[in-house]
Amino acid sequence: MHKLKQQVVPVLGDKLEITVNVAGKGKPIVFFHSAGGFYWDDFLDGLADNYTVYAPFFPGTAPGKPDELEQLDNLWDAVLAYDDLMDGLGLDEATVIGHSFGGLLACEIAAQRREKINKLVLIAPIGLWKESDPYTVADWCALSYDAILDVLFYDKNKPRALKRMMRPEADSEEAALWDRDFIWTIGCTAKLVWPIPDKGLKKRIHRVTADSLIVWGENDKLIPPTYANDFKQRIVNSEVFTLSECSHEPPIEQTEKLYAKVSEFLTA
Amino acid sequence: MKIACFHLMPYRDLDSDFDKKYNSAWFTLPFEDVADREMVSKYYNWTLDELIFAAESGFDGVCTNEHHQNAYGFMVNPNMMGSVLARATRGTNTAIIQMGETAVFLNPPIRVAEEYAMLDSISEGRLVAGFPVGLGGDYAYSYGMAPVEQRGRYREAHDLIVKAWNSKKPFAWNGKYYQLPMVNIWPKPSQKENPPIWVPGNASPSTWDFVIEHDYSYCYLTYFGAQGAKHMVQGYWDKVEEAGRDKNPYRMTYLIPVGVSETDAQAEADYGEHIEYFYHKLLHMPQELLLPPGHMTHSSLTHVLTKKPFPAYDELNNLHYKEFNDRDYLVTGSAETVTQRLTEIVKELRVGHLLLLPQFGSMPHNKAMENIERISKGVLPHLRGIWDDEGWEDKWWPAGSSASEKKKKAA
Repeated sequence: MHKLKQQVVPVLGDKLEITVNVAGKGKPIVFFHSAGGFYWDDFLDGLADNYTVYAPFFPGTAPGKPDELEQLDNLWDAVLAYDDLMDGLGLDEATVIGHSFGGLLACEIAAQRREKINKLVLIAPIGLWKESDPYTVADWCALSYDAILDVLFYDKNKPRALKRMMRPEADSEEAALWDRDFIWTIGCTAKLVWPIPDKGLKKRIHRVTADSLIVWGENDKLIPPTYANDFKQRIVNSEVFTLSECSHEPPIEQTEKLYAKVSEFLTA
Repeated sequence: MKIACFHLMPYRDLDSDFDKKYNSAWFTLPFEDVADREMVSKYYNWTLDELIFAAESGFDGVCTNEHHQNAYGFMVNPNMMGSVLARATRGTNTAIIQMGETAVFLNPPIRVAEEYAMLDSISEGRLVAGFPVGLGGDYAYSYGMAPVEQRGRYREAHDLIVKAWNSKKPFAWNGKYYQLPMVNIWPKPSQKENPPIWVPGNASPSTWDFVIEHDYSYCYLTYFGAQGAKHMVQGYWDKVEEAGRDKNPYRMTYLIPVGVSETDAQAEADYGEHIEYFYHKLLHMPQELLLPPGHMTHSSLTHVLTKKPFPAYDELNNLHYKEFNDRDYLVTGSAETVTQRLTEIVKELRVGHLLLLPQFGSMPHNKAMENIERISKGVLPHLRGIWDDEGWEDKWWPAGSSASEKKKKAA
């Protein structure tokens, strides 16, 4: 396991500081976490063997800094904050990877910071919407902990899934704080996409010029896998990669296959 | 003291097993599956009849509230109810208490400033302007707004409404959430000093600070009993004292379901099934629907999850009439018993405005009317003078309800 360092980068004219987890060595990858918050998994750890991985906390979700969320009013603020962040990190050329909610952010940044993003990996991103496959934030915000597990994972009892969602023993103060962090993180990320994550990406996605890999779990119970094709149709240089026995958490559920595919894509 | 009749306007006849089929009586319960349109018409009219009868029988005010997409209570616009009540009680002192129309549900929120002003005009100055933050689920799930912004919108909507009532000239409003080029509402409230503002809350210290800062009356709306409320309410009074405000009991408003029977022994048969329907069926709602992520501030969320100041709604299924009654979740019994228990609660919590809920759960219309009559005759006259010896003025009672030339119809 790589050792994580934290770097704090001022953005938005110093009104906000973004806390970034950094590990590894090599060309830069910026990773945007899902609505469930930052989690250093084996997929990211593998990437850090060959790349420098920058994984920012979404503002408000970094430990001890809940008030930072107030500096972001909408998706546009977030895109500009991350644009500033990548300037602040000195990333004139970078790969961007985003998962779910982070996939929307990654795609928006690739549409905004076009020439400075060389590759884009979208893992089950939100951001497009069609009547035939509707989804809303309530699909993850209005669920109990147990119900969320059933949706996120194809098999919630696999060791990596258990580890990711391991909650301290019930009725302890630790469990209450774990719940607090989980609920708060979902609440922070939901600010940008409530109630339906269709916030205009469809009007900007054509600007993405980076070579793009769109990854989806074949059994995704949260965001329907049919959206993979909708992203592919709108991004010029893109391909789709689907994973079997996998719901909404490819980095947790199909770590090796995802890692192998992404490594190949990044070196191609 | 002042005693008003509160109504939630529930769906009174849900099938007894509906909660096995549906995970919530709120937000997701399909109207078409469980509700009967003809009954709904009856409920609205029964509710109005019950409130008007309460006013005629001697209650000092009538009170309605706002919720959405549920069987618990679906007065989606309380001002429509309030408008009927204002007209039906014309010429009396009955206060029209709106608890209330929820500003953050509306855009622009000056709609509340306008409707309250209109209602204050129709009622000739008898409006109490309730300013609820609003239930998280109503705001986020029914009305589609991000939970984390609800409190910020609430503060801004409040400031905008109060300015709209008081500004002598049209003004522009450039807020974080609302922008309006020329605020110039017609009408202004009938009460020149503004309708009194009451703020309902569920023991959140940040709401106490807001209420005390603005010198409003705080309404503690808990369903978890006067015994459990003691500690919370003391927290409010401590803050009042710290802020250098007086101990005027009219700073405190409290809601409680009440059932009066011929005898104490008869109370369970009269009210047991209805209060169990209320707690078991109408409050059937998972926590995540009640409190969408982001609704509570980070510090309130930490407090609620680590200290657990009130039970999860689903735990209420383990309690029955006897526990509800023993723990003062509701007060039932003969008129003497109810009077005695309410007197204790009022003194203990230092309550100046008492909101009684005489219709709760599945209680049918005729029984609700009987209960209202028994409360009016057997209880109200004995409660009214509780604070007289301390000589406080109720600064939060509408001017039009205090006018000496008006008489209560029932008097």
